[in-house]
Amino acid sequence: MEFDWAGETPKFLMLMYGLIAFVAVVGGLLLLLDVVPAWFARRREAQLVAASASGAPLPRRRKPREGLFALFFLLPTLLFLTIGLVVPAIRTTLLSFMNRDGSGWVGLENYGWMFSEGSIIRVLTNTLTWVILVPLVATAFGLIYAVLVDKARFEAVAKSLIFLPMAISFVGAAIIWKFVYAYRGEGDQIGLLNQIVVSLGGEPKQWLLESPLNTFLLIVIMIWIQAGFAMVVLSAAIKAIPADIIEAARLDGTTPWQMFWQITMPSIRPALIVVVVTISIATLKVFDIVRTATNGNYDTSVIANEMYNQAFRYQETGRGSALAVFLFVLVLPLVIYQIRNLRQQREG
Amino acid sequence: MAFARSRQALAIAGVLGLALGATACGTGNDKGSDNTGSAECSQYEKYKGNDGKKVTIYSSIREIEADRLDQSWKQFEDCTGIDIDHEGSAEFEAQLPVRVDGGNAPDIAFIPQPGLLKRFADGGKLKEAGADTKAMAEQNYSPDWLKYSTVDGKFYGAPLGSNVKSFVWYSPKMFQEKGWKVPESWDDLIKLSDEIAGSGTKPWCAGIESGDATGWPATDWIEDVLLRTAGPEVYDQWTTHGIPFNDPKVAEAVDRAGSILKNEKYVNGGFGGVKSIATTSFQEAGTPITTGKCALHRQASFYANQWPEGTKVAEDGDVFAFYFPAIDPAQGKPVLGGGEFVAAFADRPEVQAVQTYLASGEYANSRAKIGDWVSANKKLDLNNVPNPVDKLSVGILQDPKTQFRFDGSDLMPAAVGAGTFWKGMVDWINGKDTATVLQGIESSWPK
Amino acid sequence: MTTATPTVGVGAQPPEKLTRAGRVRKRLNSRTATVVSIVLALLWTVPTFGLFVSSFRPADQIKTTGWWTFFGDPQFTLENYQQVLFSGSSSGRLASYFINSLAITIPSVLFPLAFASLAAYALAWIKFRGRDWVYIGIFALQIVPLQMALVPLLRFFSTGVTVGGVQILPAWDLVDEQKFAQVWFAHTCFALPFAVYLLHNFVSQLPGDLMEAARVDGATHPKIFRTIVLPLITPALAAIGIFQFLWVWNDLLVALIFAGGTSDTAPLTVRLAELAGTRGNEWQRLTAGAFVSIVVPLIVFLSLQRYFVRGLLAGSVKG
Repeated sequence: MEFDWAGETPKFLMLMYGLIAFVAVVGGLLLLLDVVPAWFARRREAQLVAASASGAPLPRRRKPREGLFALFFLLPTLLFLTIGLVVPAIRTTLLSFMNRDGSGWVGLENYGWMFSEGSIIRVLTNTLTWVILVPLVATAFGLIYAVLVDKARFEAVAKSLIFLPMAISFVGAAIIWKFVYAYRGEGDQIGLLNQIVVSLGGEPKQWLLESPLNTFLLIVIMIWIQAGFAMVVLSAAIKAIPADIIEAARLDGTTPWQMFWQITMPSIRPALIVVVVTISIATLKVFDIVRTATNGNYDTSVIANEMYNQAFRYQETGRGSALAVFLFVLVLPLVIYQIRNLRQQREG
Repeated sequence: MAFARSRQALAIAGVLGLALGATACGTGNDKGSDNTGSAECSQYEKYKGNDGKKVTIYSSIREIEADRLDQSWKQFEDCTGIDIDHEGSAEFEAQLPVRVDGGNAPDIAFIPQPGLLKRFADGGKLKEAGADTKAMAEQNYSPDWLKYSTVDGKFYGAPLGSNVKSFVWYSPKMFQEKGWKVPESWDDLIKLSDEIAGSGTKPWCAGIESGDATGWPATDWIEDVLLRTAGPEVYDQWTTHGIPFNDPKVAEAVDRAGSILKNEKYVNGGFGGVKSIATTSFQEAGTPITTGKCALHRQASFYANQWPEGTKVAEDGDVFAFYFPAIDPAQGKPVLGGGEFVAAFADRPEVQAVQTYLASGEYANSRAKIGDWVSANKKLDLNNVPNPVDKLSVGILQDPKTQFRFDGSDLMPAAVGAGTFWKGMVDWINGKDTATVLQGIESSWPK
Repeated sequence: MTTATPTVGVGAQPPEKLTRAGRVRKRLNSRTATVVSIVLALLWTVPTFGLFVSSFRPADQIKTTGWWTFFGDPQFTLENYQQVLFSGSSSGRLASYFINSLAITIPSVLFPLAFASLAAYALAWIKFRGRDWVYIGIFALQIVPLQMALVPLLRFFSTGVTVGGVQILPAWDLVDEQKFAQVWFAHTCFALPFAVYLLHNFVSQLPGDLMEAARVDGATHPKIFRTIVLPLITPALAAIGIFQFLWVWNDLLVALIFAGGTSDTAPLTVRLAELAGTRGNEWQRLTAGAFVSIVVPLIVFLSLQRYFVRGLLAGSVKG
C-alpha cells in the first residue's frame, strides 16, 4: 500500500492550528502589553499638558502598574500550572488521607502503613543513596568532561557522544544496560560485564540479584544519562566566562589547576547549582529505570517506583498518594536552600 | 466524517498528483449500508438498527493479534454498519483505571483480571450486561466461567478468548529418541524427571522474568499445584481469602512446586542454577528444549507463539504440550487457565449489540478460523481451530470432566495478585523459605 | 587545546623561562586531557554501541552470543530494521506515527518555552509583592509526579470544570487528531516548572544596568523583553528546547493517556513499545527501534548545539 499522504493532512492542519494558536497567544499577549500601557501613557501626557496649562499642581508620576504587568507575564504559566499541577498536588494530598478508592477518610492510616512496612526502610535508604550519588557523580563527571574537551578540536563530537544517552528514553536506557548486566549460566556470555569478568578469569555473576551492589548498578544507568545534561549546561557556563578574565589570569601565570578552582568554579557556581538541583529532583522522581530493570525486586526499589506500583498497579490510590506526598516532603530541603539562595541574590 | 475525509483526500491527492493508491483506499473505507442486504448478512439480523454508530474497545491485545481481531468482526461491521474502533495497549492494566477515573472510559474493555472487573463493578463504573447478552452468554459458556464476571448477582459480560495454563511443553522428537513417555500422573512425572536428570541433562527449565510483571509464571506454578493437591474448593477459598494465604495446605503446595523449581538437580536446563530462574525471561525460558538442553517446561498454551521461527508445534513435531498431570485422582481433572471478559462502561444499544455478538458462537468460530485463538465457548467447532495446541486446549476446556479454575493471581486484589504474590515468588526462587514468603504475602492482603 | 601562548604584553610578570616550562606542562596536560576525554567518551558509548551492533545481528544470534563476537564472525542482517519499519499491523504506517510525533512535539516545545520565558522575566525583573514566593512555588512544583496529575487533568478535558454544580468550563470533546491539543496542554503543564526555574536562573543573571538603561530610555517591559532579554537568552532557550524536545519525543505515558494509542494520534514511542510484541517476545526488534527513534533527537541536538556557544558568549557581559 502506498503511503496515504492525504490521510495525514488533518494532522498537519492540526499542527498548523497549534502554531497559529501559539503565535496568537504569545504575540497577542505582548501586543496587548505594548498597546495598553502606551495608551495609558498618552492619557497621562494629556493630563500633564492639561495640568500645566491650568497651572494646577503636576499629578505625581504614578508608579507604573508593575504588579499588573507581572500578572500578565505570569498569567499563562500560572493558569497552566494551576490546572495541570497545583490541583493534582492538592488532590493527591487529600487522597493520601483516604482509602484505596478515595471513597472514605482514613486519617493517617496510609502514612502508618508506609512506615510500618518492613521493606520501606530499604526503599528509603535506596532513595537516599540514589539522590546523593547521582547528582554528585553525574555533575562531577559532566564538569570534568566539559573542562577536558573545552576548545578541543573534537569537542563537538566528544560532547555528542556523552550527550547521546540523553536522547534515549529511561526505558530504552534500562534495556541497554540490562544487556550489559545480562547473565548466562551456561555457554557464551551475552552481557559485556560478565564477559569481562570471565575473560579476567572470574565467575559470571547475576549482577541484578546481588544486593546492595544492584542498586549501585542501577544508579550507574541514571548517571550515564544525566552526565550528558550536566556536561551541556556546564560547558555552556564555562564558555560564558568572559575571555578577558581568563586572559588576565593566564598572563599572571596561573596553572590550569588554579585556573579551575579560582576562575572557573566561582564563575559557573549558579549553573552548577541548577544542575545539581535539577538532577536531584529528576532522581527523586525516577522510576522507569528501576521498573524496567528489576521492578524493585531484590531490594532495589525506590519511593517513586513504590508510588507507581501502589497507585496504578495495585489500585491502592491512598497509599500511592501518601508516598507521593512523602516525595514532596523530601524535596523541602532543596526548596529551603533555594529560598536562601534567592535571598542572598536579592541582597547581593 | 469518513466520507468527508475521503473527499478531501481525493482533492488533495489530485492537486499533489501523489498517492494514487490512497484515493482508492479512501473510497474503499466507506461503510455504506448498501451491502447489508446480502445473504451472509442475514445472520446479523438481530444486531441491526445501529447503522453508523461507533463502539470503542480497549484491550491489552496488540500487533498481529489485534489485526486478527479487526478481521474477525469485519463482516459484523459491514453488515450492521457499526464501526468498531479497537485500541490495544501494553499498559492496559495501569491505563484503564486512569481513563475510567478521568471520565474517558472506552465503551468496552476486554478485562483479563476478574479482580479488576470487580473493582470497576464495585465502583459503579461498569454497566450491567443487557438481557440479550446475558442469555447469549449463559447459552455458550459454563457457569464456571460466568461466575468470574458476576459481582453481587449482577452479570457484567461474557468471556472472550481463553488460555489453558496446565500444560507442560516437551519435545516429541526428543522423547521418541530417548524412549521417554508422556507422564500421566505426578509420580510418573517425577520418575521421568529423575531419569532425565540421571542422563546428565537438567530436566526442567523455567523463567519468571517478565519486566514489571516479573514473578507471574511462578504464581501459575503454585496455583496449578495447589489445585491438584488441595482441590478446587480449597483453591476457591484461597483466592477469596476464605483461608489465610499461608494456610498449611498452601505451604504444602508451594513446597511441592519447590521440589521441582528449587531442586538444583532439576533446574535450570540451559540457563544455570535455581537462581537463574529469577532472571531468565519467561519468553526464552522454554527455548532450551529445542536445543536438547532441557526437556520439560510448564507454561500456558500461549507459549506456542514463543518458539523460535521454524519450530514445528505439533504432536509429531519439534515441540508440543501435555496436560500437567493430576496428583490426587479424587480431585478430578483440574485445569488452570485465564481469559478476558467483555465488560462495558456504556449501555447504548450498539454497545450491547457488540457485547452480545462477541458472546455468540458465530463470533467464536469466526475468530478461531483466523488462527492462534482459544475460547471456552461451547459453540466453538474444533474443526475451526487450525493450530494443534489450540485444538488440545479447546478440547480440554470443552471436556465436561474438566474442573476449570481461573488464574488465582488475577482474582486476588491487585496489591497481592499483581504485587506481593509476584514479588514473594521472586524472593522464594532467590532463596527465601516458604513460610516467610507466605507470611509476608498474607500480611499484605488488604483488609 | 589552544596553542596560542600568552602574548607578552605590558606588565606581564612571568620571566621567559617559567613560561616555557609552563608551556611544556600545559602541552602535557592537554595531551593527557585529550586521552582521558577520548577514553571517557568511548566508555560512555560502549553500551549504545553494543546495542547498535546488535541491531544488525540476527535475532537468534543476539540471544545466544555477545555482540562483540560480531567482529570475529560477522553475520549482518537488516531484518530487525525491516521489521521495525515495515512489518506488523501498521505496516507502512511508521511514517504516520512519525508525523504524529512531530505534530505532538513541536507545539509541546514552543508553548512552554514562550510561557516560561515570559514568567521568568517577570519573576526576575518586575518588582511586585510576593514574587519570591511565586517563584519558590513554581520551583517546588517540579516534584509533583506527573502520574499523579493524569487523572485530574484527564477529567478536566473530558468533563470540564464544575464548581458547586455550575459548569464553569465545558468539556473539550475532541476527536481524532484534535486530541493533539490535549497532549500539548499536558506537556506544557508538566514542562513549565523546570523551564521557569532554568530560565529564571539565566534571566536573573543578565546585567541589571542594561535593563535600567532601557527603562530610563522609556522602554516598557514588553519592549525590554523582546529587544533585550530574548536575544540574550537564546542559548538557554535552545538548551531547554532540546531537553523538552527529548522528553516529549521519548514520552509514552502522556501521549497514551491524552491522545490514545491508535495510529491516528499515537507517537512513535507507542509503535516502538508495540514492537516488543504482545508478550514482549520480540525484543530484538527494540535494538533497531531504539536507533530509529534516536535519530531525530540527535539531529536536533547537533543542529542546536552551536547556539549554546555563540549565544552564551554574546551575552556574557556580566554586571
